[in-house]
Order: sequence, then C-alpha cells, then structure tokens
Amino acid sequence: MDAHNPIENSPHPDIALNSSSRKSNSSSQSKASSRASIREGDSALQTFSVESFRNSGSKPMRYGSRGAGSEGLNMSQKEIKDEDSRFIYINDPDKTNERFEFAGNSIRTGKYTILTFLPRNLFEQFHRVAYIYFLVIAVLNQLPQLAVFGRGASIMPLAFVLLVTAVKDAYEDWRRHQSDQIENNRVASVLVNGQFQPKKWKDIRVGEIIKISSDDTLPCDMVLLSTSDPTGVAYVHTINLDGESNLKTRYAKQETLSKMPQKEGIRGLIKVELPNRNIYGFQANMEIDGKRVSLGPSNIVLRGCELKNTAWAIGIVVYAGRETKVMLNNSGAPSKRSRLETYMNREIILLSLFLIALCTVVSSCAGVWLLRHRDELDYLPYYRRKDFSESEEENYNYYGVGMEIFFTFLMSVIVFQIMIPISLYISMELVRVGQAYFMIQDTRLYDEASDMRFQCRALNINEDLGQVKYVFSDKTGTLTENKMEFQCASIWGVDYSGGKVALPGESVGCSVEVDGQVLRPKMKVKADPELQQLLHSGKETKEGKHAHDFFLALAACNTVVPLLVDTSNPALRLIDYQGESPDEQALVYAAATYGFMLIERTSGHIVIDVQGERQRFDVLGMHEFDSDRKRMSVILGFPNKSVKVFVKGADTSMFSITDRSLNLNVIRSTETHLHTYSSMGLRTLVIGMRELSASEFEQWQSSYERASNALMGRASILRGVADSVENNIRILGASGIEDKLQEGVPQAIESLRQAGIKVWVLTGDKQETAISIGYSSRLLTREMTQIIINNNSKESCRKSLEDANAMSKNHAAVSAGTQSTERGSGSSKTLLALIIDGTSLVYILDTELEELLFQLASECSVVLCCRVAPLQKAGIISLIKNRTDDMTLAIGDGANDVSMIQMADVGIGISGQEGRQAVMASDFAMGQFRFLVPLLMVHGHWNFQRMSYMILYNFYRNAVFVLILFWYVLYTAFTLTTAITEWSSVLYSIIYTSLPTIVVGILDKDLSRRTLLKYPQLYGVGQRQESYNLQLFWLTMMDTLWQSFVIFFVPFFAYRRSTIDGSSIGDLWTLAVVILVNIHLAMDVLRWTWITHAAIWGSIVATFISVIIIDAIPQLPNYWAIFHVGKTGSFWLCLLAILVAAILPRFVVKVFSQYLRPCDVQIAREAEKFRNQREFVSVGVEMNPILDPPQEMRR
Amino acid sequence: MNPKGASSSGTDGATDSSAPRRNSKKPKYSRFTQQELPACKPILTPGWVITTFIFIGIVFIPIGLASLFASERVVEIVDRYDKHCVPTNYSKSMLAYIQSGETNKTCTRSLIVPKHMKSPVYVYYQLDNFYQNHRRYVKSRSDKQLRSKASEKDTSSCSPEGTISNGSAIVPCGLIAWSLFNDTYGFSVKNKVLDVSKKNIAWKSDQDHKFGSDVYPKNFQSGSLIGGAKLNASIPLSEQVDLIVWMRTAALPTFRKLYGKIEVDLEANEKITVVIQNNYNTYSFGGKKKLVLSTTSWIGGKNDFLGIAYLTVGGLCLFLAICFILVYVIKPRWEILPEICLQPTDDDSVTALLPQKWPLLYYSTTAENLGEKKDGLVLSREISGRSIEID
Repeated sequence: MDAHNPIENSPHPDIALNSSSRKSNSSSQSKASSRASIREGDSALQTFSVESFRNSGSKPMRYGSRGAGSEGLNMSQKEIKDEDSRFIYINDPDKTNERFEFAGNSIRTGKYTILTFLPRNLFEQFHRVAYIYFLVIAVLNQLPQLAVFGRGASIMPLAFVLLVTAVKDAYEDWRRHQSDQIENNRVASVLVNGQFQPKKWKDIRVGEIIKISSDDTLPCDMVLLSTSDPTGVAYVHTINLDGESNLKTRYAKQETLSKMPQKEGIRGLIKVELPNRNIYGFQANMEIDGKRVSLGPSNIVLRGCELKNTAWAIGIVVYAGRETKVMLNNSGAPSKRSRLETYMNREIILLSLFLIALCTVVSSCAGVWLLRHRDELDYLPYYRRKDFSESEEENYNYYGVGMEIFFTFLMSVIVFQIMIPISLYISMELVRVGQAYFMIQDTRLYDEASDMRFQCRALNINEDLGQVKYVFSDKTGTLTENKMEFQCASIWGVDYSGGKVALPGESVGCSVEVDGQVLRPKMKVKADPELQQLLHSGKETKEGKHAHDFFLALAACNTVVPLLVDTSNPALRLIDYQGESPDEQALVYAAATYGFMLIERTSGHIVIDVQGERQRFDVLGMHEFDSDRKRMSVILGFPNKSVKVFVKGADTSMFSITDRSLNLNVIRSTETHLHTYSSMGLRTLVIGMRELSASEFEQWQSSYERASNALMGRASILRGVADSVENNIRILGASGIEDKLQEGVPQAIESLRQAGIKVWVLTGDKQETAISIGYSSRLLTREMTQIIINNNSKESCRKSLEDANAMSKNHAAVSAGTQSTERGSGSSKTLLALIIDGTSLVYILDTELEELLFQLASECSVVLCCRVAPLQKAGIISLIKNRTDDMTLAIGDGANDVSMIQMADVGIGISGQEGRQAVMASDFAMGQFRFLVPLLMVHGHWNFQRMSYMILYNFYRNAVFVLILFWYVLYTAFTLTTAITEWSSVLYSIIYTSLPTIVVGILDKDLSRRTLLKYPQLYGVGQRQESYNLQLFWLTMMDTLWQSFVIFFVPFFAYRRSTIDGSSIGDLWTLAVVILVNIHLAMDVLRWTWITHAAIWGSIVATFISVIIIDAIPQLPNYWAIFHVGKTGSFWLCLLAILVAAILPRFVVKVFSQYLRPCDVQIAREAEKFRNQREFVSVGVEMNPILDPPQEMRR
Repeated sequence: MNPKGASSSGTDGATDSSAPRRNSKKPKYSRFTQQELPACKPILTPGWVITTFIFIGIVFIPIGLASLFASERVVEIVDRYDKHCVPTNYSKSMLAYIQSGETNKTCTRSLIVPKHMKSPVYVYYQLDNFYQNHRRYVKSRSDKQLRSKASEKDTSSCSPEGTISNGSAIVPCGLIAWSLFNDTYGFSVKNKVLDVSKKNIAWKSDQDHKFGSDVYPKNFQSGSLIGGAKLNASIPLSEQVDLIVWMRTAALPTFRKLYGKIEVDLEANEKITVVIQNNYNTYSFGGKKKLVLSTTSWIGGKNDFLGIAYLTVGGLCLFLAICFILVYVIKPRWEILPEICLQPTDDDSVTALLPQKWPLLYYSTTAENLGEKKDGLVLSREISGRSIEID
C-alpha cells in the first residue's frame, strides 16, 4: 500500500499531461483507421507511462517503438552520453566489474533480514497516521502526571495491531525469501575458460557470456550474440514479463553472428545505458572488431523471458540481479484514495474539533473548580495537596492551576482518544479485503475465455465503484473483442465482400504439403468464392495479377512469424501465426486461406507457399510502422531478381503517397469501398506496391545502410529513407477487418445508461468506424441527434462549439416543453450525441474552449471521441474531473489506455489481446466489458452502502462511548476518573464492538443481485451519496448525543443517593453501551445470515465474559462488582430501560421515514420481499429520477 | 453461455479446441463466496412496527407500576445532622469545633418512624459533595498491600499517605483509608438500646479475597494530620468491615455507605434516639452528613425514577403505536404483514422461476402523490384497474 501513484506524486499532473498531449496531437493530425493508429498510441504512451512510473527525477527520455526487429528505427533520438552509460567488456567480467560494482545476479525480493526486520517493519508500520496517533497517546500516557490508564492497558491495543501486522509481514517475507532461494539457485550455462559450465544464477556476473537452450528462462538481461538460427533470430515468450502470450522476435547482430565464443573467444566493448524500468526500450553501442554497431530493444532479451523455437542462444549479460528490467518493474499496485474516505476525513476533522471542545470544557471546568476550592485543597480529604510525610510540608503532585489545567487537557485527550475512530481505519482495510475477496470470488465476474478472475489491484477504492458517474471506455479490445477477422477486400477497385459461406470442401484448398507433412493455418477465414476463383485462374488476367499481388502483400508485408505446432496427427501440423498486431495476424490468415501461406520468416528471407508452389523471397529491407508515417513497407527481392516495395497503411497516409496519375478510377472506387467498410464498423488498411528499378534499389540500399549506421538522429534519417522509397505507390486495394463486439456489450451499455452513468467512448479509430460501433453497441440510437465536431482550426472549433451549445439549449427547452405537456407517456426527450475527433480536441483541450466543450458534453447523453491520442484520453478525463466532483471510471485494455486509466478515479483494465499494460496500471482488472455492470451495480452498490454505513456507525459507536465518559467526568470534579475500567475502555473498540461492524461491512446486502441488475437506477443511491452525507453525519451525532445521555443518566438517577460503588455502575455502563451499540447495529442490519447473528450476539456474550473476567481479578479495584450488581433487580431494569429509551428515537425516525418517504432501496427491498403476494392493491411508487437535470451537472 | 467460444471452436484447428482446460481459475461456487447465504431480511412493516410499540408498552407499564409500588413501600428516614450537631456557640467556627480535640462531639438526635419498618432496617450515612470518585483519591490505594502482608511495602500509588517520615509503610496506605469515616451512631428506642449489627455489611468477596486476613493496620493515622477513623491494630483488615465498605469508593459525589443493620422491626411513630459521635470533618469543604434509616425492596432503596421512566417510555410507545395506526389509516401504503422473518430463503440462487416483472407494489398513492414526483421511473402502476408497465 505504499503510495507510489505517479499521478499523485507529480505536482502538476494535469499540466504535464496536457502539454505533452498537445505535442503529440500536433504530430498526429491525420490518422488512419487502422491498427496503425492504435500502435502509434502505444509507443507514445510508453513514454508517458514509463516516465510516470519512475520515481526518481531522471530526465525524460524518449523510448522507441516496441516493434521487434526494428533496426533501431526509433531508438537513436538520444545518443548515450558517457556519464549515463556503462561499459561492459564482452567475456571479461573481471574487467567489467573492476571499475563499477555492478549488481550481482542474486535477487532479493524479501524486504527484511532477521536483523533488520524489527526496526524496518516498525518503521514501515508507523507510516500510517493512525499508528502515530496511537503512539503519541500511548507515550503521553506514560508520563507520570498524565497516567490515566495503566501502562499495560494503554500500550496493548497498539502492540496488538503492530504484532498482528508484523507476523503477517514476516510470514509473507519468509515466503519471498523461499522463492528467492529457489530462483537464485537455478543453474545456467556460463562460459568459463572457453567452456560452457553450469553455474548458479546468483553467481552470474555482468560481462559473462551465457548460453540458453530452448524453453529455458533467462537468468538476466542479455544482449544476443548469436543463435541457432543462421540469421540470428531468436524467439522469446515474454508472458512473465508483460503477460503477452505471443512470440517476439529478437535478433543477434550480423557482426557477432558467426563468432563462436567457446572456440575463438570474443572481445569487444558494449556501452549500455543505465538500468531503467522501460521494458520496451534499450540503447547501447557495441564495439567489435573495430566496428561500431548500435543495439536496440530488439537485440536484448530480458530476465524472465523464455526462449522458444530456437535451439540455443548465446548472449552477454548486461544487467543482472536487481538491475534487470523485470526486477526494476516490480512495484506495488497504484494507490488511490477513495472519495468516501476523503469525505470521511472531513468528518474526522469535525470530530477532532469536537474532541478538542470536550477537552477544553473539561480542563477549563477543572480550572474553575480548583480556583474555587483553592483554599481547601491542602486538607481536602479527597485531594490533600500537602504532603506531610516529609519533615517539611510541600505540595504533592500539584504544579499550580495553570499546569493542572494543561495536564487535565492532555489527560482528557487520552481518555477521550477514541473519539477519533482510529480503529476505523483498520476495520476499513479489513472490510475492503473482505469485499475484494467477494469480488474476486464472484463467478459472474469470471471470464471463461481467458480463464481470468476479477482482480483487485487497488484495495482502497472499492466503494468508489458505487458512485461512478462517467465511464470512459476504449473501443478496441474493450467494447470489441480485438480478435480481428478478415471480412472483405477491395482489390483493384472491385469489392469482394459477397460470399461469406465457407464450404466444407474448401478447407482442403488451404493446406499445403511439405515434406510429406500437411501444413494448415490454425485459423480459417471465410473466403469469397469469386475471389478464390479469380486467384485460381492465375496471373493471366489483369484482375488475377492484381489479386495475386494483393495477397502476396498481405502475406509478406508484416512482422508475423509462422510457428509450426504439432498435432496429434503426425502428418498434420498447424501454422500458428504469431505477431504483435492482431490486424496483421488476421491479414496473414486471410492470405493463407486464399492460398498465400507464409511458411517461414527469418530476417533475411521469407518463404511463401503461393497456390501450392513454394517461393522464397529475399527481404531486402523493412520499414516498420511508425507513428508519423502510419504505414509500413517491405522490400522484397523476387526469385526473378525484380525488386518490389509493398506498403500497407492507413488510408490517409497511403493516399498521400499514391501515384494519382495512375488508375484514378481504381483509387476512387477504393475510397468508396473504404468508406463503406468503415461505416460497417470494419477496420481498414490500404495496400499498395511499387516496383523498384535496379538503380532506385541501389540508391535506397546505400542510403539505408548509411542511415542504419548513423550515430546521430538515426530515426529521422531512417524515416527519410523510408519516405524516399514509399512514394508513387500503386494502390492494390484495401482490406476490411472486423473487430467483433464483445458479448453483452449493448446490454451493458444500456444498463449503464439506465443507471445514470454517462458512457463516453474514446477511440483511436476513424469516425465512421466509431459511429458504426456506436450504433451496434446501442450507444447511439437512430432517435439521437448527432452533433459532429470536426475542425481544423481553433476558430472553427469555437464556432461549432458555440453553435452546438445554442442548439442543445434549444433542444433542452423544446424537450422540456414537450415533457411538461406529454407527461406520463414516457420521456420524449430527444437525446443528443456528441461526436468529436482528435484534431478538434487539439484545439479545444487546454484552451478556453474546454469550458464550451464541457457545457456541450454535459448536455449530451453520449459522447464519442474518435482518433484521439492516448494522452488526449487522459486530457478528456481531466476535463471532467476538473469541473465536476463526479466520479470517473476509465476502462481499457491496451497500453494506449494507461494514461486514462491512471487519470480516472477508478481505472479498470481489461486483460485482452493487447498485453497487460492496462492491467498493470489499473485498479481493477477483469476479462470482459460486460462485467462492468455487475461490478458497478452490484458490488459497487454493496460496497458503497456497506462502507458508508460502517463509517457512520463507527463514528457513532466511538462517540457514544466518549460521551458517556464525558458525562461522568462532569461528576468527578472534572478529574477524568472513568467508572468504566481501563481494560474495558481499551477493549471496547477492539473486542466488544469491532467484529460486528466488520462482518456487517463485508456481508450486509441491502438488495439482492437480481434486483440491482434489474433496476439499474438503484445505482443512483451511490451517485447521490444517499447513504453518506453531512446531513446523515449530523443526524447520527444527534442520535449519539441522545443515546449517551440515556446510557449515562438512567443509572445516574436510578442510583443517585445509593450505596452504588464506581465499579458496579461502571460495569452497568460498559454492558449498556456495548449492548446498545450492537442492538443499534442489529436494527440496521438488512440481511441476517448466521455469521451476522454470531458476530452480534457473540460480541455481546464476549463482552459479558470479558467483564466477568476483569471483575474476577482480585488485584483490580472492581473485584466481584458485576456479581454483586448483577444480583440486584435495578441493574437489569436500568439495562432494559437504557436499551429501549436510547434506541427509541432512531427507531421512530426510521419507521416513519421508511413509511412516509421511502427511498429507492426501501421500495425495492419491499418489492423484493413481498413480490409474490399479489393480493395487495398494487399502485406504483416512483423511484428517483435517473438522470440529473442539466443544471445540476454544471457546477 | 459463451457464443464466442462456439465461434472460435468453429475456426480452431481440430485438436486443441477440445482440450479441456485444467487448473481453471474459475472461482469455486459456494453460497458463501457468492454472498448467497440463507438470510432473513427483516422489513419494518406496519404490522411489526405497531406490534413492537404495543409490546413495549405492555411490558414497560407493568414494570413501571411494579417498581413505583416497590419504591413506595420503602420507608426511609433521612436526618441531616452535620449542622445540628455543632453546638450553637461554635456555629460560626464549625471547622475549629470539629478539628479541636477538646470539644465534646456527642450529639443526640431523635427520629420519628413514619411507617412500620420491617427488619432489617439498614443504617446508612450519606455524604454530599464528597468526591470519592476524584482521580487523586480513587488511585490513592494499594490493592496489593491490602491483600497480603508480603506486599506491605507496595505503597508507591499511595502518596502522599504511603509512608511515615521514617520511611516505614502505612497499612492501609493511601488517601482512601486515611479519610475513613469516623462518626458513630448509637440507637435506642424507649431507652432500649437497638443493636446495630455490622455483620455482612461489607462484600463477602472483598473480605475473602481483597483484604488479607494476615494484614494488620500499621502506622495508621500516625502522621501529623489525622484524616479520619483509627483502626484497631490487632484486628486484621479482612475483619475491618467499616474500612472495607469505605474502600469501595462511591460512584458519585453524593453517596451512602452502609453503617449497619438493625435487626428488629420499627413500629410506626416510634421515636428513635440517636447518639452521634460527630467526628468527621466535612465542614472544611461544605460537605453534608446525613443519617439514613431505610428498608429495602427488590429494586433497592427509595427511588421513583425507574418507575417513572418505565411508565413514560411505555406510555410513549403506546402513543406512538396509536400515531402509527392513524398514519396507516389516513395514508395507507400497504397491508399489515406480520410474517416478517418467515422465509429465510435467498432469491439469488433460484431466479428462473420468478416472473420477469414484479407484480408491484403495495403502495397506494393518491393522485396528487403521483403528480409530485417528476421524471421518476415508475416501476409499475395500476390505476383504476388498468396496468401500465413503464419500466
């Protein structure tokens, strides 16, 4: 629970965010609807997230794209300076470690050793304010002048809590030590004296060369030198690192490939950057054989990865132990503070003021009393200031009126300490753990497809789930499944989207026989028969040729790696295409279905089975995706020595490099098709190609080599090279990929809307795609009036915003008018939907136009933002957060959603296809979007109700006790005597009353899951904070006052002028207050399970037992008091009178308010209970409106 | 349940789609983890509310009457003697009178028995404005020392009355013992002495376990300032019943302590003569001393408070019951449903059998009620037999 929340740590998160968002917006004004735009987001975002993750103030660095196999396209924007780097001598660990003491490879995740455990654990525990308060009070109590409680009694609660936590910590740490031990003693093969020898992981040092075999786990971060693959490719599984399950390619450098370290030895120097947490970035230079080679993220494999599909790999250790990236990334979950807790702290301040007031009253009264009796004090039998035991008379334990007042004040703080309900903080943590347990265990939040339970990463914002007003959702992977399926293609101006029926016989067509083995792609795509026919007809026709090129481009122009998977049938192997982009995978599967099966990919060549004929193409060059170009290209050398460039990218970016002179008709019809596809909700990519002449190719090659070896600004040079070849492209066609909506999304959105939650969709997709998804997810309906803002300048943005605002006001007025006349026949209000794109947002966010946008957006029931950059997503959330108090929730699955997840009050990560970045940054993680509904409506509602009741109850419970003590103090000459024994005072909030509130806080349910799901508007209870607000607090405090009054004064009057002794009446008060607070709780419990019964009645019994035990100790003054007083009738009469009289006002208020003004929950509860009794006159009672009137939104 | 799974199995290869998933993380179903434990969900229906109010009324009023009756039967004689027992020539300097060792402290009072007092008649002394619950005072004792001879030196909590000037411990130490009440009373009726029994006036538990039978008073009241009674040094503490009674400190500044018991009945209008040794100094701080003779009943001494409290609460509950009935009649919302906790079933688990829409509801609202709330979601409404479902 360490607070490492980057958002909170940064002093001006909004400013920082927005400024960078502006930067990235300006560079990405024209975006294409494709995976490309999402990917672009990724890389930009990593900069953000990584920066925000680091705690030290190191200067910002820009990290490159995560693209594997990139030859350092993006990585050299910053050259490594000597002071920021380390020198590693290859295969010379001694020299390497001579100057710098690099970390060894042994890891220690355990926090403590036996020696440091006590001090360090105590230090960490005392980070909590609550404990410090405890400690200060306990220390105060040790001063002889202030000793109110005995030493044991005053220290016990703190010691108890500390001990429990320490034992828990020690156990966890012991388990960590165990696993460290196992980890450290694993064995790897290390080059020693020219031979690979087994060595324990903990002994591996930086600079050593190690050899990894297939399926081995990497013991440290290492730069690849050579692999079993002649081209130096190694495949790694990074699931332990980032959770992504696909294979990633890593490359050894050409220069080191051929070296055999065990034979000839290898010498060189690597200059690497200092260790950092960015798992997608790495920068280094290697000097070998006098040549200088640059190393990038694709040349390093990280600790925790597993080597796959590669027989062996040899590498040099560059980071070891705690300096490895995976260890540096081991950090706790983000911590946020819940809204309820913020409000609670406000009330705690009120209570502190109240405490100070009580103490002031007591101390000033004590002062007055002392002054009035100052002449008598010397001989007063119950005071006796003078001490006569010594030869000369002196004051005994008296320091003058002033000091006495001061001491009295401090003593009263000690006596009344539980006015500040410190135990509440601990109970809240326990309750949250319990609530989290139930959320995790909920079978309805379990995703079968990904075998994933609900995850609670942040434990302290459970109750925020019950108050959400805005949901910001990502589209891809969140609303949709992010399982791309190739749907249709437009080739050379012809749309092939007709047949979707895959005939069973056709599956034979897409398998290939190699060496007596049949290869078949793992997934099949429904093929268009017409197109297949066309392809079968061969290259003869012009259309056939274009289709041929189109699919060749699909199969070749990507970074997908084919992976052969054995099946039970030895003659049949499946090809599993592994790639980082689901779009690319879908395209390759499609190409395979149409007979262009990618079979092998190395860095130098690819093998494609074209219509049953194996062809090998040389990959002469590849320009990876990058955010500015928004396209990628591959240069293929054909067997017939011709060289072609295949380009694939977003439509805007592609049309800008198209040779418009050629086939304008084709381009036009392609554009039309693209529009159709995207309005069907498909993701589109445009494919083009160009033939390179020999001279062009040579020119490109030389400049490419120059660029690759450039030391400064390599990325931009490479981009220039790419631009030089990616021009005058002939458009081959376009593809349409469907990203299916997740199950249950439309219903979920409908429920959310009914619950009064505004759903905003923020997507990187094109406007048309976004709108069509909006329709299919029922976010948009045909009845809605759409306001579309699509501008290119600030002025036009202003104008359209103003127009839209005017229109919406108009609308509101009109609909209000119609509503008043047509009341009763359902709401006829026309709903508004705002659709705005990223380009316009560039001009709006961070300017005075924000306010206009906010006004407009709050009028609209749906807001769709398309083509937004990741940082803009966060900017939009901060737009809402800055202007309202409403709770925001962001849900997303990709790395591009991290900023918004961190920005929102509640961040939810969907663990989908795009890795675990979002999950890592989130507060809660789950498998499906639709789980949002049970999460918010059911668990959120419960958690909020439970927690808010628990807080109020704890305030009450402690205050009532303190007030009883206070009343008594008024009758003890203001000297803070407590009739209730010190042990009972201490145990009161620990044993007597704590368990029931925790149990109720975890288990009580106001309504059943079914009701909550059926009537989403019940969620409004949390949004309106009906169960926790200042009014309720004051009401509770009034009740507290009354109850304490009754508890104190009933025995007071009953035993006035009697022989009652302090201990007996103290026992009566103890029992009365404990039973009363438990009865009070019992009256408010809504569901009585056996656990609740056990906790409440058990607590009362436990109190009786405790009191009996305390009174059975002869050393204590109140020996046997309970037995004496228990024999008298008046004791029991007092008890009964107290209970009834104290609880009566609350009961009456409760009964009458429930009867006369039932709240929604009450109505639903009654309905739930009596639904089967039809004989009643059934007339509806209305629940509160779900949507706030617009005026309320503008605060 | 999972159409997605179905669609992917259609495209999957032949082999791995059917492989059952082992070690599934799916949470195990149990009623506890799904928060579906059988539970009773009490709702405060008018039936229950009215029943509760009436029940409380019915229980409380008899109790109140009974305790009032019991309190009435207690006969109590209270005589404040602190002022009267100072001779008139000392009335200006009562303090000097009480502090002087020379003055005659004997004082005779006569009390009239108002009603027949059945034995045992308890004799109490009552002190007013004496803070036996003062923090300095209550802490000024040593329970260890009282219990055993071995802990005689344990006087640290007793200052300034812990040791005498040569350092020897005082037993019993502390302000409480030091200020032991020392007025004595002698009773006679018609010149016949009434015996005052001191038997069983202290708690037996205190005598047995708190005050040691081997602990004898030592150095007690030997300082320059005498606080109160002296103790016979040859009697162990466990037998010093007056001390034991005194040491059980009172809860409130006005308190009674049991002095003894008169084991004979006192007839009405009998005149009791009390000879008081007025030794105890309450004059320095304006305390009052009273002599109390009282019988007891099952609720203790004479105290009408509990009876009145019970009658008030009981009456109030009956009144509330009537109010609620009136509200219910004027503004009926539902039928009285007395069977509140009868079905401890949970509806979460079995949902399929239930109708999709609830046959709502038992509220009857008048027309203007419907008009009051705007924009509301109406669950279901039935007006003049017509049912409109709007949710």
